[in-house]
Amino acid sequence: MTHRAWCLPTGIFMSTPDRGAEPAEHEEGEEFARPRSRLPDNLRRDQPLVPVDTVAGRALVVVIAILTFLAALSAGGALMAARASEQWRGAVANEMTIQVRPDPRRNIEADLARAVELARAVPSVAEVRAMPRDESDRLLEPWLGAGLDLIELPVPRLIVLRLNASVANDLVAFSQTLRREVPSATLDDHRLWVRRLSTMANTIIVAGVGVVMLVLVAAALAVAFATRGAMAGSRDSVEVLHLVGADDEFIAREFQNRFITLGLRGGGAGGFAAVIVIALLGWLASAWSATPEADQLQAMFGAFEIGWSGYGVVILVAAIVAAIAGLVSRVTVRHYLRAMS
Amino acid sequence: MVRFENVGLRYGMGPEVLKDINFSIAPRSFQYLTGPSGAGKTTLIRLILMALKPTRGLVHLFGQDVSRLEATTLTDFRRKMGVVFQDFRLLDHLTVYENVALPLRVLGKEEAGYRAEVVELLRWVGLGERMHAVPSVLSGGEKQRAAIARALISRPQLLLADEPTGNVDPGLGRRLLRLFMELQTLGTAVVIATHDLALMELYDAPRLVLADGHLHVDA
Ligand SMILES: Nc1ncnc2c1ncn2[C@@H]1O[C@H](COP(=O)(O)OP(=O)(O)OP(=O)(O)O)[C@@H](O)[C@H]1O
Ligand SMILES: [Mg+2]
Repeated sequence: MTHRAWCLPTGIFMSTPDRGAEPAEHEEGEEFARPRSRLPDNLRRDQPLVPVDTVAGRALVVVIAILTFLAALSAGGALMAARASEQWRGAVANEMTIQVRPDPRRNIEADLARAVELARAVPSVAEVRAMPRDESDRLLEPWLGAGLDLIELPVPRLIVLRLNASVANDLVAFSQTLRREVPSATLDDHRLWVRRLSTMANTIIVAGVGVVMLVLVAAALAVAFATRGAMAGSRDSVEVLHLVGADDEFIAREFQNRFITLGLRGGGAGGFAAVIVIALLGWLASAWSATPEADQLQAMFGAFEIGWSGYGVVILVAAIVAAIAGLVSRVTVRHYLRAMS
Repeated sequence: MVRFENVGLRYGMGPEVLKDINFSIAPRSFQYLTGPSGAGKTTLIRLILMALKPTRGLVHLFGQDVSRLEATTLTDFRRKMGVVFQDFRLLDHLTVYENVALPLRVLGKEEAGYRAEVVELLRWVGLGERMHAVPSVLSGGEKQRAAIARALISRPQLLLADEPTGNVDPGLGRRLLRLFMELQTLGTAVVIATHDLALMELYDAPRLVLADGHLHVDA
């Protein structure tokens, strides 16, 4: 280090009018006129003031990742239940069937024709279709296997009724008439089933949303504790920041940025894992769908896939977790700084 | 710009470290703050910085009673002061460059706007080659110069330097002293806490002397 390196730079205090002593050294001031062209390109700058990559930070990332994973799966499950119940409702709600059981003492074809006739007379029934024998046999295939000769078996026959959209208060009377006129026939009200399934689906949805809420609360608590820990660990840095002129807002923002970063990392990892798991399950389900078991499952639960909106929900959950991390850390820091001063 | 009236301070339940302190610091003045180790020099500087509240008495800063300051005014006042801590207090995970740029960064300034200025100052204090280093790998004297650069970068109206030559060789100490004198001529009020008699003899200036908790001024 040469002595001349210590003369005052011309740039720094140029705005001050009364530059003082030691004129001999000022001639060398041009030494400092060049830095603009010689600035190092690799200057490390704008590093977070609160260190991000600490052991505690990594632990928090793992916790947030796990919580996000669970929340995303719950949200995905709730969404799947919602979609399945919507499918049932759409397909089944305005349909009823009459089941005509075979009875050795009766003529099933005559009973069928009589039931169709009775159904046609009901105002709220829009359309009546007796299902041909081979079609109703095919319905049983998934359950009994193909190639079985069903002619030998006493298979019930079905009449499908499509209802008018309007309310149907004549259906109870119709059910009674049917039972009186054709004792071997019963009216299946799908809507009861739909109601039960909807209740079940709603329970799943409520439980899923509840789990998501709990997980978000847990994430918020984890971030609050981690922030307090980080604040206690950075007490000294925080004091230095205050003394060099940082206000609480600035410090809170630094912590908030740090925890948003951690939240995004954890949320991203957990959300990504959830997407992978869901995609894998969907793939397994479709690889499996050639089997009759899959048909049964599909019949009950709808297609096992959550579609783009499902992936959207997963990403939304991850984003909410990151946002909560930022918000909670901000509030915690504000609180802490107020208590400190 | 700084005025103390009958200020007393004790840490917790301990004895009074400072008693009945009365003095003032004028704008553009230069003074030493001296006294034996443990006399309370650092404590007095912390009082001026509003990092400590006096247990009694009045502290006036820039014409205002500090006990009645809003948080925002307090921040404004701190931005008018530059401080070199005795133990430097550089942030360990930041480079020298980032440490020195800190007072500008907390003002919310754009990095591109002050980069040249910070690099210039770093070269000036002889840390041009070390600006990428983190404090833990610096020598004591290098840390000291980084701390001084951080105190100067925002061109404070009041510079408080606590033992700024404690870790450097006498030659460098002299050059630093000349730098503080130059600052004073440029309009900064300078307070240098030191017990280095040789340093104080190099340039004659009023001395605030602390002894037994009392302060008297040697003009
Ligand atoms: N945080 C604290 N808590 C309790 N006592 C303290 C604290 N800081 C300083 N003291 C005491 O106050 C007295 C003055 O300390 P101070 O650091 O101000 O001395 P100083 O003049 O700066 O000394 P030196 O020249 O060694 O730096 C000392 O007796 C010290 O033990
Ligand atoms: Mg001290």
